[in-house]
Formats: sequence, structure tokens, C-alpha cells
Amino acid sequence: MRYIRPLSIEDAVGELAKAVGPAAILAGGSDLLVRMKGGFIEPELIVDIKAIGGLADISETADGFRIGAAVPCAVLGEHKALKQAWPGVVEAANLIGSKQVQGRCTITGNLCNASPAADSVPALVAAGAKAVVAGPSGKRTIAVESVPTAPGRTSLAKGEIIEAILLDKRPVHAGDAYLRFIPRTEMDIAVVSAGVNLTLDDHGAIKTARVALGAAAPTVLLVKEAGQVLIGSKLDEATLERLAKICAGACRPIDDKRGTIEFRRKVAGVLAQRAAAIAYKRAGGK
Amino acid sequence: MAGVAVSTTINGDAVEYLCQPDETLLEVLRDRLGLTGAKEGCGTGDCGACSVIVDGRLVCSCLVLGAEAEGRKVETIEGMAHGDQLHPLQQKFIEHAALQCGICTPGFLIAAKDLLEKNPSPTEEEIRFGLAGNLCRCTGYDKIVRAVQDAAAVMKGA
Amino acid sequence: MNFDPRFTGRKFSSVGTRPLRPDGIDKVTGRARYGADFNMAGQLVGRVLRSPHAHAVIKSIDTSKAEKLAGVKAVITAKDLPDLTDGDAAMYDILDNSMARTKALYDGHAVAAVAAIDARIARQALKLIEVDYEVLPHVTDVDEAMNHHAPLINDAIFTEGLEEKPVKASNVTKRTQFGHGDVHKGFAQADFIVERSFKTEQTHQGYIEPHACVASVNPDGTADLWVCTQGHFVYRQHCAQLLGLEASKLRVTSSEIGGGFGGKTHVWAEPVALALSRKAGRPVKLVMTRDEVFRASGPTSATSIDVKIGATKDGTITAAEATLRYSCGPYPGSWAEIGAMTAFACYNLENVKTVGFEVLVNRPKTAAYRAPSAPMAAFAVESAVDELAHELGMNAVDFRIKNAAQEGTRASYGPVYGPIGIGPTLEAVKNHPHMKAPLKANQGRGMACGFWFNFGGQTCVDLNIGMDGSVSLAVGTVDVGGSRASLSLVAAEELGIDYSQLKAIVADTSSLGYNDMTDGSRGTFSSSMATISAARNAIKILRDRAAQMWDIPVDDVVWEKGHAIAKGEKYGNLSALSLKDIAAKSGTTGGPIAGHSELVADGAGVSFATHICDIEVDPETGATRVIRYTVVQDAGKAVHPTYVEGQYQGGAAQGIGWALNEEYIYGKDGRLQNAGFLDYRIPVCSDLPMIDTQILEIPNPNHPYGVRGVGETSIVPPLAAIANAVSNAVGVRMTHIPMSPPRILAALDAEREG
Repeated sequence: MRYIRPLSIEDAVGELAKAVGPAAILAGGSDLLVRMKGGFIEPELIVDIKAIGGLADISETADGFRIGAAVPCAVLGEHKALKQAWPGVVEAANLIGSKQVQGRCTITGNLCNASPAADSVPALVAAGAKAVVAGPSGKRTIAVESVPTAPGRTSLAKGEIIEAILLDKRPVHAGDAYLRFIPRTEMDIAVVSAGVNLTLDDHGAIKTARVALGAAAPTVLLVKEAGQVLIGSKLDEATLERLAKICAGACRPIDDKRGTIEFRRKVAGVLAQRAAAIAYKRAGGK
Repeated sequence: MAGVAVSTTINGDAVEYLCQPDETLLEVLRDRLGLTGAKEGCGTGDCGACSVIVDGRLVCSCLVLGAEAEGRKVETIEGMAHGDQLHPLQQKFIEHAALQCGICTPGFLIAAKDLLEKNPSPTEEEIRFGLAGNLCRCTGYDKIVRAVQDAAAVMKGA
Repeated sequence: MNFDPRFTGRKFSSVGTRPLRPDGIDKVTGRARYGADFNMAGQLVGRVLRSPHAHAVIKSIDTSKAEKLAGVKAVITAKDLPDLTDGDAAMYDILDNSMARTKALYDGHAVAAVAAIDARIARQALKLIEVDYEVLPHVTDVDEAMNHHAPLINDAIFTEGLEEKPVKASNVTKRTQFGHGDVHKGFAQADFIVERSFKTEQTHQGYIEPHACVASVNPDGTADLWVCTQGHFVYRQHCAQLLGLEASKLRVTSSEIGGGFGGKTHVWAEPVALALSRKAGRPVKLVMTRDEVFRASGPTSATSIDVKIGATKDGTITAAEATLRYSCGPYPGSWAEIGAMTAFACYNLENVKTVGFEVLVNRPKTAAYRAPSAPMAAFAVESAVDELAHELGMNAVDFRIKNAAQEGTRASYGPVYGPIGIGPTLEAVKNHPHMKAPLKANQGRGMACGFWFNFGGQTCVDLNIGMDGSVSLAVGTVDVGGSRASLSLVAAEELGIDYSQLKAIVADTSSLGYNDMTDGSRGTFSSSMATISAARNAIKILRDRAAQMWDIPVDDVVWEKGHAIAKGEKYGNLSALSLKDIAAKSGTTGGPIAGHSELVADGAGVSFATHICDIEVDPETGATRVIRYTVVQDAGKAVHPTYVEGQYQGGAAQGIGWALNEEYIYGKDGRLQNAGFLDYRIPVCSDLPMIDTQILEIPNPNHPYGVRGVGETSIVPPLAAIANAVSNAVGVRMTHIPMSPPRILAALDAEREG
């Protein structure tokens, strides 16, 4: 086993590409170390990406925000402009684990761990976030929802690293929100969750909407019909009812130690309603 | 398996050690450096008993590799008191009986120190959510929260 | 023993105050040494290989590859722990549980172990051990295990306690029955009858410190064991017997203990560590991972309980009956028996009958968990009592007051009560402002009572007075919650000196006579009795030495407020001698001054508590929130009130976790699915409100200071109190613990769908 701390993304990609045995990327380590401890993964190579220039920063660009792959979630919560523009994404990121985990975990790691219950992912999917992928054959930018393909599996090829997550600049009447259900008040993995991202027209009617559900299917679900049903509305009772129904219907959950199929269906709808209401308010809707 | 040579700072002292690539900072502290104040309650970041502060960030040392401490500043429970002068949190934990068995105490103290450094006047709710990453099975948290409230008051007055 | 343990009603100067604990600084600075904080020269790392199957015959184990791995110093299987139990069935079960002999009986059952120079090699070595299993059908549910078609866990077990001797083996190991009167007659007199079935899931004590020990066996048959335990003397007996060592040559030192709650009353890894050390010829440190703690230590029983209670219109209970089925893991236990004894202990009943069934399942061997077996029985009974009060149209507290046991009541489990606290706790609850506070929408209030026996048992204490007048107190009951502070207070009280002059320690097994464990809420009760006795013995010597110093008859010397006083006008010019004065001269007046005590602490006073809680339920998700919680409990006499409060609060918090979210979840494959703190959800700080406490002091007549055990009772009422609160909030009777959000939402939906 080797531990390396490359200084450039090219070096990191090169090392990963030529690795013979299993290799792991280390940013926050809050998933990787748990899997190593449990004996689920025994990497031959650990590539610590935190020393790579730019990966530990959040930058504001003309198009929006670029969040480096090694930025701990706690730093997202301390970034005023990001928090103001994407409160749903930030609150989702700040729900992962404890304060201790917050100081380490990253949204990129959360995405690449490919858990259907990942907290930040439904919010990122709802936000239409993109991932910048660096690999042996150059860079590409993809929608975050195309990263996880199944629980624990991603579409990334050997040698590829996500170096940053991109979030768009916000128009005036825009808001997002993320809610999850957990049995305790902290420290749990989401039993089911919902992220909602809205923009409104000047009259307060919903112009665009994206709704994503977590822990409701093998990967985070982007529920297009749920977004559709919101468009044009001001979140009246009937629309919210339809939203809940569509979300419950879109779920393909399982029974497991964290919840039942019935519970997840029902609560997915409840959370989508509540998250939509928060997002709507944040967007300036009344 | 190739050992990793690490130069770091622990509680203000320069420390060097050689560790395995998959060895956690907690293992290094406890088994290589004899700093057994940080405890392993779970090894998976769920209990907070191994809490330490690395470069000003509260972390679970079981979820940090020893190799990652290179060039960092690590603060552990062993560095919390200044000589024979207990930190106000340490003093208040004793006064309020905020510990019974005491196994979670080092982690709580480190987490509470981090909390009060970032938020010197936390509400009860902020204390409770701020310390939610630290499990205590003895006290029901009541006396821990009170000790932190009291310590915060003392530290503000100081 | 010429020690008089009767309560005298004295006035206290130290007892009842709240000094700082003697182990405080060590614990806040990280210096206190727990199980895993100790090391020995040449120490190896021990690790255990565990069965992945719930039930399987071990056909063979090939350890040859592991033995050949460089750095491996010993590999052991059951062969290295030969059966020395000599027909002692309970010890054989402990042995088999430490290392499976012919069958793996649960997911996590130890089958082999290694000692290696480091953890990585030890882990690798485990992977090289080849175990050939023949997987058998398994059963993990308590009700299913009682079914005639269920897989048999032990075909040599026939149910004990049946009228007719059974001809077929069974998973039910024992039937027990308690009660008096005629329940049929009583139910015939009732105007209202409530009859319900309840289930509770298995929970774990959840101590934050995993089991850990360092074992060192020497070729000459002497050995040392450093271990986190609630009872190092008991560990010594068990380990010595299982390893074939002489008890006095095995010195067991109890480390600081990072929580136990009953879970550290049983050996698992310790005999394995000793066997590894014996084989390797080097010390071995064995620390369980959290996963191992959940899979392979001793959680509490899962239960299935039927309750039937009847009352007349005026609110008098005419009959009460319960059938209690408790899982024991794969070895016989007496857990349902305890449940059957405690179930109706709060009430004065003319006709009562309880029947307990001990049930084998393919789960870890059940161990004690704080007032073991009582919380589940209380959940069922107190839920039914609440429902019955509701049907009668009576206030739930008044109904309980009307039927509460009191001095002279014959308990449902047999004895006649002396002075007890159930009535006073109920009256205190009735008058508590919490009961009158307004509730908001979706909030419900519940209350419930609980009982626990409390134990006494064998106790030994040494009290030594230094020449400088400072006093060391060596006790043999492990300090799990501040007992060193409490016992120092007791010694200070008796000697008449200041608390700061004392230092209490927990002595190892070679330094003190035998002590039973810190269990059954006995630590402070029994060791305080022995401490008082030891102090009185020391005072005799102090008086004698003072008499020598004055050259007067010892009968003329009395001990008052820490001083020897010459009694009588003729000694008018003799000024009192302090303990310090006498100690300073001890070298010339007869040598060291000490007081010893060895006794069996009889007369533990039974304990009662009543709890109130407010719960808010989100009707759309089934989420619950504890809004307010109040504990009222009788302490007899609170020696150190702060630590008594701590016991009340801690027990309540554990009960809250049990009631709402904690449970062992097994898959269809019989494997535990949530062996970690992530999905075994103990309450976190933000889950709980402040927990208010009210200490009542109804003296135990059988203790000089009136002390009762206080450690356990506080976990008995919460399950029921919370179930009653949730049921009151949502209008549906909750009968399955934990009341996790999916269970609450399902119950609500079932109700809404009518």
C-alpha cells in the first residue's frame, strides 16, 4: 500500500491511471476510511488530492461557483455568497454527519461514494450542478446526476477524478431547499430526502423547477414530472397534493434497516412539499 | 507496505513519526505516541470519542490518516490544560458532574472547545446540535450542556 | 460481624453534599486509563474470528496457513480452551460463548483467535483461517422460536418448570410463575378489562468503551489481567476456572470503565486473551471493535408480552395477569423470570399471576442491561394500566395512587414490603408543575411507574490511615458512576473528617477480599455499608491509641467529629486528639491504623420511580421529539445528590433511546444489519431536552444511612411513559417498541384508514 499526495491534477490522474491494484482517492476520507476499516476496500494506492492547487478552494466565476473537490462541507457553510445563492445545496452539505465529519467530508466525495442516500446529491441534482472530470484523455463537464450509476458505482473511468462541482449563477427570483427524514435529530443517514430548486417569474409564479429525491431508488432520482407540475403554480394546495403524489409514485424504494417502502413513498411526498414551500419562500414567493 | 515519514505539530510540540499508509491518526496518537486521551468508541466517525482539532477544524481522528497530519497542527485533550491550570471547560465538567464513566469526556471537551471558539455565546440548542457528534451514554447530556453553558459564561467574563 | 446496619436517622455533615469527584482531573485531562489504554512490554495484538452464520455446525477449522504467517505468534480455537467446567452448565455456556465448540450459535460467535505482532498481521491471519461450516436453519424472533416447527437451537434442552415433564426438546428453556390470589375470580369481579399484546425489540447497553483487556500468563501459572469490567473479582473466578488457573494467582485489575450498564458483567474476550497469551508466551491486548461489541457481547432480551388487567368502576384493580416471553440468546437464562417478578411490583393486588418463558434464539447471549428485564414488563403493564384508567374515565395518576403498593403490601413476586417509595413518587408527580403545564397541538403527555429490586451481596473494604492523617479507602466495587466520591463522603461522615482528607481507589483482586460486581444498583449501597463498618473498626483502634496516649481506659474515650475525647470530668484538662494527632503517633502506639470490613450486605431496599414526559409527534412523518422529561425517584438517602441525579438522567436517556429508536435489526439470513452507532441509534445531544429530577428520600431501614440503590430504576418507566405520551399525542395505542417513525406512521395510517 502506498500513500501519495500529488501537487497537480495531472500527477494524480497519472498515478491513478497507472495503478495496478485498487486505488482510492482521498479528500475528506469520511467514507473511504470507514470502508477501509470495515475491510470492504483494501487499496494498493491512496491518492490524497488535498494538496492539489485549486482543489481546496471555492471560487466565484462569471458563470457561478466552482467548488473544488477537496473543499470540506463546513467551508461551504462559511461561504456567505454561496450560502446566499444556493442555501439548499449548502444546508444539504451541512447535514452530512457530525461537526467532526463536516470538517472533512466533501460534496464531491458524497457524490462519488454513490450512495442513494447521500445528502448533498439530491440538492445538487435539483440545482442542476455539473461536475468537472479530469482524466487521462483530458477534461469533461457532466451533469452530477450522471455520476452515480448504482449504489457504490459511478460512471467515472479508471484514472478519472472529479476536480470541481459547478453551480450556476442565480437569477433574481430563485430559491432551493433540501430536507431529509432521519429518526434522530442528527448523525443519521437519510431515510428519504427531497431537494427542490425553483425560479419564479415577476408575479411569483414558478418558472422553472427541479425536484430530486434521495434514498428513494438505487440512485438519486430527478423527478421531471414533479418539476413540471410546479411550473406555473404558486404552490397552491392542489399543486402540492399533486407534487406529493407524483413523488410518492416516482419512488422505487426498498425495505431496509432505515425504513420501509411505504414509509419512504409517503414521506418522500411530504418532504417534497415542505422543501418546495421553503424554496418558494426563498425565491421570494408569497 | 511502505512507511510514511510525518513531521507535524501536536499540542504545540514538533513531532515526527513513521506510520503505515492506512494507519489512522487515532492509531498514531494512541499506539505510537502514547497519547491515549483520544478514545476509540467506534472507529467509524459515529461517536466523537476520538475528536481532535487539526488546523482549527474539529475532526474524528479515526477518520484521518496519520500520513495526512504532515505539516499540520494537531490539538488533543492532552494539550487542553495549561500546566496545572485546567481549561474552564475541564473545570466546569468536573464541577457539574458532566461525566460519569468519562470515556466520552475528552472528545466532548475538544468538541466543546471548538464550539465555543467559533461561537462564544451559544444557545442551548446550538450547544446540543454542536455536540451531536459526540455520544455519551451515561449522563443524558443534561449536565454536559450545563457545564458548557457555564464555561461559556466564565470564558466571556475572562 | 458485629456491625449494626439499622437506619438510625442521624444528622449528616458530609453525606448529602456535592464535592468534586476524586477521579475528575484524570478524566478531563485524558490521563484516566481505560481498558484499551494499558500496554505491557512485548505485548501482542489479539483478534477474534467470528461466525458469519446465525446457526452452523463447525465441521473443521484449519489454522495452518494463519500459523505460518510471519508475525503470528498464536492461533487458538476451542481446543485451546478445554472444558474444565466439571458439569457446571452455566460455566460451560460461558466457555462455549467465549469460543464456539461444536456449533456457531449466532452471527458473531467467536470460532478462533490469533495473536500477532500488530493489528494488520492479525487481521491478515484471520483471513487465512479456514472454517468449514454446515449451515443450519436459524431462528431470531422470540415468538417464532416458540413455534413447534422452529429450528431447535439445543436438542438437549427440555422446558423446565412444566407440570408434566416434556418429551420433546424445545427452545423454551424454562417456565416460571409468580403471583397470589385467584385471577379468574378477580376478572369476574371487574367492570372493565384491558387485554393487549406487546413487543419490544432487542437493545444494547451501548457503552461507549468497547470491551478491552490485556492478558499476561506466565509459565509458572501466575497471570495478570487488566480489563474494563463491572466486576473484576467475578472475572477472576470465571477466567481462573475456564483456564485452569488458581484464582489467587490471577491478579485482575479493573481499569477505568467506559460504561457498562450490565454489559460488562460477563466474560467474552478475556478467557480468549488469556488463552492466546498462554499459547504465545507473551502479553496479549484484545480490544473489540464496535461491530464486535454489537454482534458478540450481551444485549438485552427481545420480548413478547400479553397483559390483562381488570378493575371495578371505582378504580380498584381486581386482577392482573401477564405472560412474558424473553429471548435469552442461544443459552438458557432467567430473564423472563425477572420480568415476571417485576411486572406488577408497583401495585397492591389481590389477584395476580405472571408467567415467564425463557426462549432460545440465534442471537448473542443476553446479558444484564440496567434493571434487566424490568423495562419491558413495565412497558406492557404500564401501557395497559394507562388504557384501563382511560376506559374507567379516571386520571392515570389517581388510578395508580389508588392501587399503589405500600408498606405491608404483599408484592406480586412474594415478599411483604417495608417502607417504599411508589406512593410518594406518585404523589410528587401528581403535584409536579410538569403535570399541569399546557400542551400544544400534536403533543402528548405520558407517565409511568417502575420498580427494581436492588442487590446487596459480598463486599470487602479496606480503610488505611496514613501517619499524616490522610485516609485511603480501597473498595472492590468498580466505580461506574462516581461511587469513589460517594464512598469517600461516607467514610468522611463516619470518621468525622473532611472529604478532602480522603482518597478512594478501586483495588485489584490481589489487594482486597472478594467483592461481587457493580450490578443490581449495589455499588454504593453495599460498599457504603462496608465502608461504614471499616470506619467504625478504625475508630475502635483510634480510640484505643488515644487511650494509650493519655494512659486512660479505652472505655473512657469517645469519638466525636473526628476527634478522640476523654469522657468525664476527671479528664477536664485533656484536650481532644484529632485523627491526625493520633495518626502521627501511630508508629509508637502499635503501628499502622486501619479498618477492615468483610460483609454480606443484606437488606437492599427496593426502589420505585415515576416518570413524566411530553412528546411531540409529526403526524405526516411519524417523527417524535421529546419536549420535556421529569424523573421522580426514591433514593433512600442521596449520598452525593449530583451523582444520584446523573443516574436518574442517564437511565431516562437510555430508556428514551430504547422507546423511540434503538433496536437490533436482523436480516432474513440471521445476520445483524446494524452493528454500529450509525444505525443502532442511541440518543444524541440534540435529541433530548434537559431531564428534570426530583430525589425523594424514604430511608431504607436496613442501611445505617438509609441508602437504597439508585442506578437502575430510572430505565424502567421511560418505555411506558413515552408509549403513553405518544399514544396520547396521536390517539393510537402503541404496542411495539421502539416506536420508530415508520411504526408510528403505519399505526397512524391504519387508524386513518379505519
